[in-house]
Amino acid sequence: MLRKLFKFHGGVKPQTNKERSTTAPIAPVPLPDRLVIPLHQSVGGHPRPLVQPGDRVFKGQRIGAADGNLSSAVHASTSGIVRDVLPAVMPHTSGLTTLSVVIEPDGEDRWGELERINVRAATPDELRDYLRDAGVVGLGGAVFPSHLKLKPGKEGRLDTLVINGAECEPFITCDDMLMRERAADMLKGISAMRHMLQAREVLIGIEDNKPEALAAVQAAITASGEQGIEALSIPTRYPAGGAKQLIRVLTGIEVPHGRRSTDFGVQCFNVGTAYSIHDALEHGRPLLSRVVTVAGNVDTPRNYDVLIGTPMDHVVRLAGAHPDTDRYIMGGPMMGVRMPAFDVPVVKATNCILVGSPALFPPPPPEMPCIRCGECAKACPADLAPFEMYWFSRAKNFGKTQEYHLFDCIECGCCSFVCPSHIPLVDYFRFSKSEIWAREREKEAADTARERFEFKNLRQEREKQEKAEKLAAKAAATREKVAGEAAPPGATPTAAKPTGGDAKRALIEAAMEKARQQKAQIAPKNTDASTPGVQAEMAAIDARRAALEQPTEPPPPAGQA
Amino acid sequence: MLTALLVMTGIALLLGAGLGFASIKFKVEGDPLVDKIDAILPQTQCGQCGFPGCRPYANAIAGGEAEINQCPPGGEEGIRKLADLLGREFKPLSEEHGVEKPKSVAVIDEATCIGCTLCIQACPVDAIVGAAKQMHTIIAADCTGCELCLAPCPVDCIAMEPIAETVDTWKWRYPVFQIKQAA
Ligand code: SF4
Ligand code: SF4
Ligand code: SF4
Ligand code: SF4
Repeated sequence: MLRKLFKFHGGVKPQTNKERSTTAPIAPVPLPDRLVIPLHQSVGGHPRPLVQPGDRVFKGQRIGAADGNLSSAVHASTSGIVRDVLPAVMPHTSGLTTLSVVIEPDGEDRWGELERINVRAATPDELRDYLRDAGVVGLGGAVFPSHLKLKPGKEGRLDTLVINGAECEPFITCDDMLMRERAADMLKGISAMRHMLQAREVLIGIEDNKPEALAAVQAAITASGEQGIEALSIPTRYPAGGAKQLIRVLTGIEVPHGRRSTDFGVQCFNVGTAYSIHDALEHGRPLLSRVVTVAGNVDTPRNYDVLIGTPMDHVVRLAGAHPDTDRYIMGGPMMGVRMPAFDVPVVKATNCILVGSPALFPPPPPEMPCIRCGECAKACPADLAPFEMYWFSRAKNFGKTQEYHLFDCIECGCCSFVCPSHIPLVDYFRFSKSEIWAREREKEAADTARERFEFKNLRQEREKQEKAEKLAAKAAATREKVAGEAAPPGATPTAAKPTGGDAKRALIEAAMEKARQQKAQIAPKNTDASTPGVQAEMAAIDARRAALEQPTEPPPPAGQA
Repeated sequence: MLTALLVMTGIALLLGAGLGFASIKFKVEGDPLVDKIDAILPQTQCGQCGFPGCRPYANAIAGGEAEINQCPPGGEEGIRKLADLLGREFKPLSEEHGVEKPKSVAVIDEATCIGCTLCIQACPVDAIVGAAKQMHTIIAADCTGCELCLAPCPVDCIAMEPIAETVDTWKWRYPVFQIKQAA
């Protein structure tokens, strides 16, 4: 059957550089001396550590529990001893640290007890919780927790499930090799997802520079005999693997600025994610490893099945890095980010370790002024106006960049790629985005502070008022009492005209006396139950005390002193 | 000529009436300018501007009684925003009111704290919890870093600690470098 394919706006055709890493099958990696497993590897909350230094862990044991629903669990990728739980440098351009579990493998690679789930009997919610605890996240690079995407929309069913096997970024071939070698299992994962989403049809998009992968997937579909699944060859054009772009190519749906594909009945998953979902549901194995392409400045570019937490240089060594290597880039040349060190761990987001050298990636020519040629806008697959966003980012006018839909930019790098003035446009956009986020956080903090400040003022105001009322009531009561007992004359005048200092002292003394009285009143609660005789006696004492106390009672106006 | 004059006068009257009506009908409650200024101020409530809180300062700016460069926590950017909003000239932060510091939170040395509650009373945003004679602690998420709790503490057990950068708060630098070029 021939299906009509669509075109997305813009895009570029960089040299793909994929051939060399697809000549050999996916290779295993010997156990490293040390695994450093960051607890925070997905979008969302930071998982809490479940192990302590000295603990013995088994392969597949959960070492970090998901923090809330927007989070994903983390597991020990092999058996061994937990050496440390400490902040370690993470594979992120910033070079900042994040809480990580350091495991020293014992070499046995022994599985712990696996939590299995009966896929047929489980409810969709149970399956989602299970996948969250299995640490399954999107392996295309965005690492969004998969269980959250496996929810059918409001109608309870999805129209199209799009499976992303496009892999458009140069150098990266991990999905290609995965499809070639594990198509059948991947397909089972797709079926499970389809069932959870109640999707009418499944479209698998594979760029036409991967005929072997396409053939393998098509053979697997035929073998499974499942209906409504199609693997389609799509034209090679970067970034056909962007979610919105692939959806556009396969279904013709153009997801507008600021909207999600689910609003249009389409959800998109990466092929690697499908495979991990199968592994988790069928075998009870959490996400412990992933296929990683090692390419660039190495002897033999190749794909490896790497345990999460393996230091990058441990893997790169196998491929034989050239001596002039000066950097690792996580991801491809278009969207990848430079790593702060060589020994940062492979994480769930690591689809490729691109080994760089000054010869392979020479420093770019200096940035020149924008000539407003519009090439970037022509190339932008998100249909944006990069030169405008650049202009306002440069001027730090962030409000304006948002008016030009900065947040629809997928940071694909097409604009920088075509710009004749060599402007690192994406860097400007990343800069603007993080500045805007920082401002939003500040704004939120300011709003909370304003609220809390106003509340505190209100509270103080209320307390003051309550106190004043209480005092007034008490003063009135005392005055009444005094009036009723016909205060001895001559007592009031002495206190009526006190000097400033006297008045203050009198006030303080009165306060102290009152406090004493209060204490006395509160403490002997047992007097309530005393005999009438005792009570009469007490009343007499009280009356005497009131008479004595009366002189120290300052008249209200003296309170101003 | 006369008709033209009459027509113009008529139009003028009509429009004037319309505007007058609109100004009554669409009258905005409160003082929107103060709200706008207050929205720019950082709400640290530290009083360094010389007013007891951000809102009073906003009032003073709106009333023309204060300069726009008196808020150190707001920093240069805050002044720029105020200048933009009010159409005034940008001025550097006035030194007598303080200097811009990295954002910090207060931390109580819990071993030293005697539980006097003086800091609780000083904190403008109720970010300190504790009862009399009990150890006190600061809710870091609510602390604005105003430093108002430092002075009242009789045993000097409160210190300001700059907020460490995390991956969630890390910002891309302004591009002066380039890391990659597609091969
Ligand atoms: S491609 Fe470069 S020079 Fe041309 S308009 Fe875009 S930013 Fe300006
Ligand atoms: S990086 Fe952003 S602005 Fe540039 S082409 Fe890609 S989507 Fe468009
Ligand atoms: S100096 Fe700034 S933050 Fe502090 S109270 Fe004044 S306006 Fe608010
Ligand atoms: S805890 Fe101290 S520094 Fe923080 S807001 Fe309260 S008074 Fe200010």
